Amino acid sequence: MTTEATPVVAAPSPWKMRLTLAGRSLKQNWSLFLGTRIGLLGLAIIVFYLLLAAAHPILMNTIWDERTYDPIIGYAFDEPVQPAPPSLSHPLGTDPLGRDILSQLMFSTRSEFLLGLLAALMTVCIGTMVGAIAAYYGGWVDTLLMRLADIMIMMPAISILIVLSALFEVGHLELAILIGLLSGFGGTGVVLKSQALSVVVKPYIEAARAAGGGTLHILLVHVVPNLLPLSFLYMMFTVTSAIFSEAVLSFLGLLDVRMSWGLMIHTTESAGYLLQVGEYWWLIFPASLSITLLCSSFYLLGRSLDEVVNPRLRRL
Amino acid sequence: MAGYLLRRTVQILLTLFVFLTIVFFLVSAQPGDITRLYSMDPSLPPETRANLQELFGVNEPLWKQYLVHLKNTLTGNFGVSFSLYPRTVGDVILERLPRTLVLFATATVISFYLGFALGKIIAWRRGGWVEYTSTLGGVSLYTVFTPWFGLMMIWLFAFKAGWLPIGKFLDPVVWRDAPTDSNTIFNLMLATVAGVTVVVFAVAVATKKKRLAAAPLLQAGAITVATAAVVGVWLASGVGHLAFDLVKHMILPVATLTLISFAGTMLLTRNSMLEVIREDHVMVARAKGLPEKVVRDKHVARNALLPVVTSFVFSLAFAIDGGVIIESVFSWPGMGQTLVSATVSEDLPLAVGAFVFVGIFVLVAHLAADVLYAYLDPRVRYR
Repeated sequence: MTTEATPVVAAPSPWKMRLTLAGRSLKQNWSLFLGTRIGLLGLAIIVFYLLLAAAHPILMNTIWDERTYDPIIGYAFDEPVQPAPPSLSHPLGTDPLGRDILSQLMFSTRSEFLLGLLAALMTVCIGTMVGAIAAYYGGWVDTLLMRLADIMIMMPAISILIVLSALFEVGHLELAILIGLLSGFGGTGVVLKSQALSVVVKPYIEAARAAGGGTLHILLVHVVPNLLPLSFLYMMFTVTSAIFSEAVLSFLGLLDVRMSWGLMIHTTESAGYLLQVGEYWWLIFPASLSITLLCSSFYLLGRSLDEVVNPRLRRL
Repeated sequence: MAGYLLRRTVQILLTLFVFLTIVFFLVSAQPGDITRLYSMDPSLPPETRANLQELFGVNEPLWKQYLVHLKNTLTGNFGVSFSLYPRTVGDVILERLPRTLVLFATATVISFYLGFALGKIIAWRRGGWVEYTSTLGGVSLYTVFTPWFGLMMIWLFAFKAGWLPIGKFLDPVVWRDAPTDSNTIFNLMLATVAGVTVVVFAVAVATKKKRLAAAPLLQAGAITVATAAVVGVWLASGVGHLAFDLVKHMILPVATLTLISFAGTMLLTRNSMLEVIREDHVMVARAKGLPEKVVRDKHVARNALLPVVTSFVFSLAFAIDGGVIIESVFSWPGMGQTLVSATVSEDLPLAVGAFVFVGIFVLVAHLAADVLYAYLDPRVRYR
C-alpha cells in the first residue's frame, strides 16, 4: 500500500468545507422543495402575512391617524354608522365598536407570528432534548419520558387549554409556553426520539465517547444537530396548532389578550352579527380567512418539508 | 392477546391515576377553596355550605383532600353545578355523555372510511391535478378555523337554504306533546343502532369464515333487512317523528366534524401507500398482469392500513378537540359544549367534572383502538 502523506496545507479549512457542503445540500433540498409545489404556495402566503405585519407600524406612523386607526382604542369618526361597510378610508370596513378592521387584522398578524414562533421554539427545544436524552440514556429515563409522552398525546389540547384558562389568567406568552410543554413532551418528543435512536447507534457517537467526550458534549454536538432537520419540520406543525388554539380560545373569549384574530370574531359574535354573513361579511371573513390561510400555509410548508426530509416519500 | 390487553388496561388505569392527580393539583392551586365559590351564590343556605365542606373535605390536610378527590371522582360525585343548580354534576354528565359519544363515533367512522378511500386514490395518481386539488382541499379543511367553518355550514344549509335546523338538540315544537322525554328516545335509538351493528357484524364474520360465493349478497341482504326492520319498528312505534327530529339535528354537526377530520386520514393513507408501493410484492402483482384496481386495493392498501390505524389512536385527541368546538358552535348539548359553557360561566365543579370525563372518554377510546389494532395486526399479540 502506498499511502502518501496528505497535503495538509492544501486541505480547505473545516469551516469552509462545512459551508460548501451545507450550500450544496441546501441547493439540492431547495429543488426538491420546489418540486412539491404546495410548499411554495404555503411560503407565498406566509410572506404575504409577514409583509402585512411589517406594514402596520409604517402605516400607523405615516398615513393612518392614531385616533381613528388604533386597533384597540381607535374610533372611525368619519363613519356615521358602525359597523361601516368597506370604503376608501377603511378598506375592510369597521367593527361594531368603530375600529378599523384592516388595522386590527394587520396589528394581530404580528402577535400571531410571535406566538407561533415562541410556541414552536419551546416545542423544539423541549422535544429535541427529550428525544435525545430518552434515546441516549435508554432504560428508566426512556420509560419515564415516553409514558409521560403517552399521557400528553392522549390529552385533547384544546380542552386542557379551555380548563386552564378558567383556572388561570392565560395570555399569549402563557399559551405559547403551555403549547410548547404539551407538544414538546408529547408528540414531537416521541418522533424526535425515534430519529435520535438511529443517531445514537452511529459509530461517531461511539468514537466521541471513546475520545473522552462528556455526555452533555455528545448530546449537544453530535446528537442534537442531526435531529435539527426533523425538529424544524415539527416547528411548522406546532405553529399551525398554536395559531389555531389561540384563535379558538380567544373566539370563546377565554384568553387574556388585547387584540387577535379570534377576538375580532368574538367581538362580532357578542355584538350579534354572526349569522348575518351576507350583510356584514367584513366582520367575519377577513379574520376567519386569515386564521385558516395562515394555519394551512404552515401545514403545507411542513408537509412539503416532510417530502424533503423523509427519503421514503421522495419521487422514484 | 389477553396478556397484551391486560397490560394496556393496567397502563391506562395508571394514566388515569396520574391524570386525576394533575387535575386535583390544578384545582387546589386556586386561591380559596371550592366551597367559597359555592357560597357566593346567595340562594345557598349555610347548612348546605357545611355539607359541601364535608363533601370536599376542605378542612382536612392536603393529602386527605386528595384521597377525597379520588374517591369523589371514582364514585362520580363532583358536587352541584352552579349554572344548572340544583342538578348535580354527575347527573348532567350522565345525560350528555351519550350525545357526545354518538356524534363522535358517527363522525369518526365516516371520516375514517372517507379518508382511507380518498387517500388510496390520490396516492395512485401522484403528481396529477387530482392530487394537488385534494391535498389543498384536504389541508384547508383540516386546518380551517373550525368555529367559522361550522358557522358557514349553519348559514348555508340551515339559515339560507332552510333544509336543516340551526343547531340545538331538538325542536321544542315537535316535542311539546311528546309522550316521553328526549333522553329515553335517544337512548332507544342508541340501542337500535348498536343492535343493527352487532347483527351486521355477525353476518359479515359468519359469511367470511365459510368463504361462500354468495357472501356479498348475504351481507347486503342482512343490512337491508336489518335497516328495513328498524325503520318499520320506529314508524310503527308512534315516536318515529321524534326520533327523526333528533336525527335531523345530528346531520349538520356530524357532517362538519367529518369534513374537518377526514383529511388527516387521507394524507396519512397517501404517505403510507407511497411507502408500500415501492415493495417487491407490488411489482410481482403488476408483473402477473393483475388489474391496477386489484393491485391498489388488495396488495397496497391492505398493507398501508396498519400505520393508518396506529395513527388513528393519536388522532383521537384531535377529533375530541374538534368535537368540543363543533358542539359549542352547534349548541349540541354534549360534553364539549358543557365544558366550554361551564368554563365561560365559571361553573368550576361542572368544568372540572366535564374535563375529567373527557379525559376518561379519551382513555377508553384509546383502549378500544388498541383492541382494534391487536385484532388487525397479528404481530402485536406476540409482543
